Amino acid sequence: MSFPWAQEYKPANAFTQWVDERLPLPRLVYNAVGAGYPVPRNLNYFWNFGILAGLCLGLQIVTGIILAMHYAANAGVAFDSVEHIMRDVNWGWMLRYAHANGASAFFVVIYIHIFRGFFYGSYKAPREMVWLLGVTIFLLMMATAFMGYVLPWGQMSFWGAKVITGLFGAIPLVGEPIQQWLLGGFAPDNAALNRFFSLHYLLPFVIAGVVILHIWALHIPGSSNPTGVEVKTESDTVPFYPYFVAKDGWAVGAFAFLYCLVLFFFPNALGHPDNYIPANPMSTPAHIVPEWYFWPFYAILRAFTADFFFIPAKLMGVLAMFSAILVWFFMPWLDRSPVRSGAYRPLYRKAFWILVVDALVLGYCGGAPAAEPYVMISQIASIYYFAHFLIIVPIISAIERPDPLPYSITEAVLGKDENVPLSASPTAPFPGTQHPNAHGHA
Amino acid sequence: MAEEAVTESPDLVHADGVRRRDFINIAAVSAAGVAGVSILYPLISQMSASADVLAASSTEVDISSIKPGQAIKGVFRKQPVFIRNLTPKEIAEANAVPVDSLRDPQSLAERTKEGKENWLITMGVCTHLGCVPLGAGEGESKGEFGGYFCPCHGSSYDTAARIRKGPAPKNLEVPEYAFTSDTVVKIG
Ligand code: HEM
Ligand code: FES
Repeated sequence: MSFPWAQEYKPANAFTQWVDERLPLPRLVYNAVGAGYPVPRNLNYFWNFGILAGLCLGLQIVTGIILAMHYAANAGVAFDSVEHIMRDVNWGWMLRYAHANGASAFFVVIYIHIFRGFFYGSYKAPREMVWLLGVTIFLLMMATAFMGYVLPWGQMSFWGAKVITGLFGAIPLVGEPIQQWLLGGFAPDNAALNRFFSLHYLLPFVIAGVVILHIWALHIPGSSNPTGVEVKTESDTVPFYPYFVAKDGWAVGAFAFLYCLVLFFFPNALGHPDNYIPANPMSTPAHIVPEWYFWPFYAILRAFTADFFFIPAKLMGVLAMFSAILVWFFMPWLDRSPVRSGAYRPLYRKAFWILVVDALVLGYCGGAPAAEPYVMISQIASIYYFAHFLIIVPIISAIERPDPLPYSITEAVLGKDENVPLSASPTAPFPGTQHPNAHGHA
Repeated sequence: MAEEAVTESPDLVHADGVRRRDFINIAAVSAAGVAGVSILYPLISQMSASADVLAASSTEVDISSIKPGQAIKGVFRKQPVFIRNLTPKEIAEANAVPVDSLRDPQSLAERTKEGKENWLITMGVCTHLGCVPLGAGEGESKGEFGGYFCPCHGSSYDTAARIRKGPAPKNLEVPEYAFTSDTVVKIG
């Protein structure tokens, strides 16, 4: 949908008119990311990270397809073919570093994008579907990144694959057959490497498909904004083109600068040196760690060291690790507060920042060796993590007294809005309790 | 469906009330269901271990050179297997532990072949998440219980390779094996 004041697509000449009547693709683009899409005028820089995520996906697909032209998915030669890319292929080193660091950049961007959602309540009605699709994208991203890391067939690739597929072995009764089915053998080997390559090539295109659904669902209510107050009138919006095309362009430039800084000056800073040792099924590296973006979840996995009721420690760890992401799916229903934005929620805002710190602590512990004090810290941080979603957020949304909301985006930006009815002026008692849907657009 | 039947010509309905179309419907959907499953089955089954991978799953090891207190690492199904010649002291230690105090209760006798109690043959795969434990190689840490020690998350195994401490749920797996002679053992 679009707001009634959205500009209408007008074909510029006879040819575009001819196309428009047969396949209205330019019209679709115009209404999605052009002048035909009005967006809240107050979007801040956190609203640039969706585009940046799309850019990262494109970057990974382009560099990935090129790498696949030189890579050989066979356990006997995979490691050497990666070295061949690094040493012999023209610009191969740059393309490989671009893809490896591109994955890290993608996760930096997506974590900011997700936490933007947590802070501004972007997951709330009417954008639940946007959120659910987003979490689905994140799960697909994790699977893609995991399988990609196996492809160079170094020590960390091999042992990462072994440990992660070993997680499935924790499932009661059917665990071991499932693990052998996933690997096509008893341990990671050629069969596993080949299928991981096949799926690593496929999944980004599946992600691209879900991203289209994600944006489709977003464009039904339109973007939310830092106040969380829905768009009311034309003065609350500006057309996407040129305003946000320009702002997104600025963000792309800033991103490209930071990305190139890492790519050209610290290309191995985020990788693990052990992955430059060829895979050896007979010897485990002293300290197995996944890539940094999995650390918080890895810390939760390892936090379970003792059996819990009848559930063995190993199974508990696996369940907790998956639940740590699955719980996000329930966010729209765990947070019952009618006020969307953390900017107007004094208690929720505090809980949000504690969650950020908690996630960083988990991340640090996940990268550290499995020894004290890290195990104990991970245990406490894991308990807090789940308490945040399952206890703290529901309680806050029941007891919190939000700050007064501005009447409209226009008022928030300009300090006054001519359309304010007297009853809804900011001096009226407690406008924050209005249900956001009450002034939403269907 | 019921309302539709009323509007249809009565001779399409048999005396028992079953319409020909119901029958065709059920038959077609069942056939499609069977076809669906039989298409899905090979698509799923192809991912399981292939014949060559399964065929490579037996191996013969010469154990004549392993002295008491020593161990070697063999390869079975592309995974390490530990073959260890226990000393009488290690056997006594293993037998001194009350079996039902263990996380995965098994006696040394149950984990070895009769008359060959000194030959402890287990997979070198930690039952936690699959790392290779230390203790089979010369000079490697054998852990608190004198058997094997997994550095990944700190699981300790005793001299019968039974789990004693740490996150691993089970004893090191004893693969199928047989002594083909006094000095050769066939694993798998
Ligand atoms: C490949 C990954 C992704 C891409 C390309 C992508 C792209 C986008 C784009 C272009 C937007 C609109 C601009 C913006 O608001 O920033 C958007 C909005 C949104 N995304 Fe994503 N996204 C991705 C993953 C995710 C994930 C993992 C989540 C959450 C778990 C998520 C949650 C949201 C939400 C809630 C919105 C609506 C925000 C609002 O308008 O308030 N997205 N996404
Ligand atoms: S894999 Fe051995 S303790 Fe975790």
